[in-house]
Amino acid sequence: MLTILFDGVAYGMLLFVLSVGLCVTLGLMNFINLAHGAFAMAGGYLTVVMMNWYGISFYWCLPAAFIISAVLGVVLERTLYSRLYDKTHLDQVLFSIGLIFVATAAVDYVMGASQQIINLPAHLNGRFEFLGASIGVYRLFVIIICGLLTVALQFVIGRTRFGSRLRASVDDGRVARGLGIDVTFIFALTFAFGSGLAGLGGALGASILSMDPTFPLKYMIYFLIVIAVGGTTTITGPFFASILLGVADVAGKYFVPSIGGFIIYSIMVLVLIFKPEGLFARSTKR
Amino acid sequence: MQRRTVVAGLAGSVFAATFAGGVQSAAAQEVVKIGLIATLTGPQAASGRQKVAGAKLFMAQHGNKVAGKTIELIVKDDTGVADQTRRIAQELIVNDKVAFLAGFSLTPLALAVAPVITQAKVPAIIMTAGTSVITERSPYFVRVSFTLPQQTVPIAEWAAKNGVKTAVSLVSDYGPGIDTQDAFKQRLEERGGKVVEQIKAPLANPEFAPFLQRAKDLKPDALLLFVPAPTAGSLMRQVVDRDLAGAGIKVIGTGDITDDDQLNSMGDAVIGLITSHFYSAAHDSPLNKKFVTEFKQANPGMRPNFIAVSGYDGMYAMYEALKKTGGKTDGTALVEAMKGMKWESPRGMMSIDPATRDVVQDVYIRKVEKKDGELYNIEFDVVKDVKDPLHK
Amino acid sequence: MSVASATNVSAAAGPASLRLLQASRWRWYEFLFWGVAIACGLSVLAPSLGFTVPVIPSKLMLLSEILILGLLALSIDLTLGYAGLVTLGQGAFFGIGAYTAGLMAKYGAGVAPMSDPLLGLLGAGLAAGLVGFATSFLVLRGSDLTRLMVTLGVALIVEELVNKLKDITGGTDGLQGVMSSKVLGVWDFDLYGYTAFWYALGITFLCFWFCRRLVNSPFGYSLRAIKGNALRARAIGMPVNARLIQVYTLSAFIAGVAGGLLAQTTQFASPDMVAFHRSADSLLMVIFGGAGHLYGGLIGAAIFRVMQDFLSNITPQYWLFWVGIVLILLVLFVRNGVIGLMSTIIQKYSAKAPAKGGGK
Repeated sequence: MLTILFDGVAYGMLLFVLSVGLCVTLGLMNFINLAHGAFAMAGGYLTVVMMNWYGISFYWCLPAAFIISAVLGVVLERTLYSRLYDKTHLDQVLFSIGLIFVATAAVDYVMGASQQIINLPAHLNGRFEFLGASIGVYRLFVIIICGLLTVALQFVIGRTRFGSRLRASVDDGRVARGLGIDVTFIFALTFAFGSGLAGLGGALGASILSMDPTFPLKYMIYFLIVIAVGGTTTITGPFFASILLGVADVAGKYFVPSIGGFIIYSIMVLVLIFKPEGLFARSTKR
Repeated sequence: MQRRTVVAGLAGSVFAATFAGGVQSAAAQEVVKIGLIATLTGPQAASGRQKVAGAKLFMAQHGNKVAGKTIELIVKDDTGVADQTRRIAQELIVNDKVAFLAGFSLTPLALAVAPVITQAKVPAIIMTAGTSVITERSPYFVRVSFTLPQQTVPIAEWAAKNGVKTAVSLVSDYGPGIDTQDAFKQRLEERGGKVVEQIKAPLANPEFAPFLQRAKDLKPDALLLFVPAPTAGSLMRQVVDRDLAGAGIKVIGTGDITDDDQLNSMGDAVIGLITSHFYSAAHDSPLNKKFVTEFKQANPGMRPNFIAVSGYDGMYAMYEALKKTGGKTDGTALVEAMKGMKWESPRGMMSIDPATRDVVQDVYIRKVEKKDGELYNIEFDVVKDVKDPLHK
Repeated sequence: MSVASATNVSAAAGPASLRLLQASRWRWYEFLFWGVAIACGLSVLAPSLGFTVPVIPSKLMLLSEILILGLLALSIDLTLGYAGLVTLGQGAFFGIGAYTAGLMAKYGAGVAPMSDPLLGLLGAGLAAGLVGFATSFLVLRGSDLTRLMVTLGVALIVEELVNKLKDITGGTDGLQGVMSSKVLGVWDFDLYGYTAFWYALGITFLCFWFCRRLVNSPFGYSLRAIKGNALRARAIGMPVNARLIQVYTLSAFIAGVAGGLLAQTTQFASPDMVAFHRSADSLLMVIFGGAGHLYGGLIGAAIFRVMQDFLSNITPQYWLFWVGIVLILLVLFVRNGVIGLMSTIIQKYSAKAPAKGGGK
């Protein structure tokens, strides 16, 4: 069913935008930041506040979510995260879980525990028929935005100097430093960018996913699955992984609702058994 | 060797801290304690808040003295994990010597304490959990809230009377959800309708779209929805997004999907939705108007919903029981006192069935309409004294 | 396995085995630890002896829970602290153990041996161990993240299964009617939690003692070698994969026993015993207390639960916030958990800093 394919792609692309930041920080800094979802939540709640309290148009919320989450990311990175780069993965896990707790409770305190709902601008609502599929306008919008972002990302990473410096730092940080690349600056910038993207994803997803204080914990699993399946060495890996997972999840739930939940986990386990570095990872000897 | 000393000292002090933490409170004859176990953190937190707010409002309105005793309300968070609920219940009974337990946001939480209250002979007032079987699991359970079958049967009747021949049900896959779909199917098919498919969505479900799409493609006359109230918002969003109304499908359900607390934020698209439930904040009675006004004053930004009123009525039942026993806290006597109680609550008339200790109440059919600029469930029909159909 | 050989060291053995023997001797502070635990239980008798000790039995149930969680944390410490495997899947084994013991008690009532609690624990451990063995090959390959995700994936699948197989497990509502028969035919599970406490203490101690023997044996040291550098361990001929499978299975067994304990002492089993947060919480406790010392899990569990209980009483809605703050501070300023913190403080104040002998 084309409709389901379409829905799956929309869901997958949203997942991609949400997870790509985590993927890059993991690949680049080898830092397991489970609190990535908290930045997405920040973007989502910011959108809620801006729209519901101040009546600002949805279209302004998107860049605002990106910028504010990016700033938040930079601040946290400089103050807290950077102290943990040398620590073990376990310490990083512990730290990021602590951060999730703080974020969840803080949001709960300020905004309450119920789900937040935003009302999209009227012309983003509705559906239409196209080639036999029922297309939701908003999901089309999500696909377009995410598609543009992906293209932009690919361009930045593949074609700009910053991108090549980033790739160099990912491949081998020490050598990169030796070549005079300011790896610390790249870390900070990349982290900011990744958090910004997460915030944007949160803003986009506020209408599709449920936005409440437990968001980071609920969706952390999905982000991690995307990364595990897609690998951390490329951008295209997680991209295709998210699409695959989005479609599989949606299609699974549509055709066989009773085992809906299994599909996404089983795929991940199977992929990891046969290709521990992820489906699309380049074989880098690390 | 020094390092080890401190390790040991640390371990010792940890246990000592545990010592210090729980001081045995004297079993003062003049104080009657009520242990309210609510889920205040996690996905069900919103309902826990409503419950506590409703209970506290009752105490604010009626004072804390009953039958010569002072009432103390102890509120605990069980984080929605059943073995926590049980442990907290045990601690409340053993340490604080509570005369009542109350709360229970989810079915497994209530079921977990069943053996405890039976053994300790302490009445437990159910203020939320909606699966029928709970009250059968211990003679000390008394429910003042609702059961899903009780709420579902009226909407099934309404559907049958209003031209619904085929229906699909979409529920969250857990106790109350299963109860709802089964009760609906049974009643609709008794009246000549047919439930084409029963779709179950996982409880912790991020995306309703595929399930809704599947329901839509089956082209039924009506779609029955049930999810726990805190997730109703995002479900209704998706319902609107899928344009089920445009496909000619009537969306119906129990009042959980038009929860008063979230109704306003669902937007105008849900106007016209028909649900059956026992409480609406727009219920037209002086008692309810007072309840709603004072609730809003005490809790700015919140509108009371069916869980708040259950918390409120739970306190009422406990107060009245104490009055009947003259302040005595014998568990069995308190339960007896509650059997057969009948009173007017902000929701309307309700009573406790002496045979099943479950709530019997009026269930209203309501429609979502705009009133004074806000969305409300406006009652337009009522089924009186509905009992839970699943109890023997 | 070479556990037994550690004790059969003859006096004429070389310095290596002597060192092993010395390292595995019980330190006085360890007696203190268990002594305090026992004292908590004994204090119940205090009133009858004329003392007024505040608290217990009021916190007995919390202590039982701490012991059970500590046991689960112990199982993680075995794989994490000693073999260096990061897993997020212990919750699955815990849950499998809980449901197995629960089912045995529920359907065994009347068929006497089946509902015996000790047998139930054995069943729980075996069931979990079996699943652990079957999935152990998954953790052999890949990086830390891969292992994390694969074990998490398995745990999530188990969780889905528990929810789906409603007829067996009772689904989301949990398994009801878990009534074990008396422990050793004498003690019944009572409302106050006395039996539960002693039972949990006994079992936890037994498992702990076993693990302690294990980690101080050549097997245990081989694990540490693998954690340090698996490639080198392979190079000197150690069967690395076999060892990892063994320790993973054992850890699953212990986690299963812990789960069985919880099911028996709380008299039911529910899906949140296989939930993700179980794995996450217990991992936190181990890291909190300090991995690689065996006591880390127990101490971490104690502190974590007590802290949670304490904070939850003060602020029932927002205690999570403070727990998060504590975690962040701990990670920023402390190495290797609470035990690490204590060691650092001591080393600052002791002039000589005599780091005597190897690890515990």
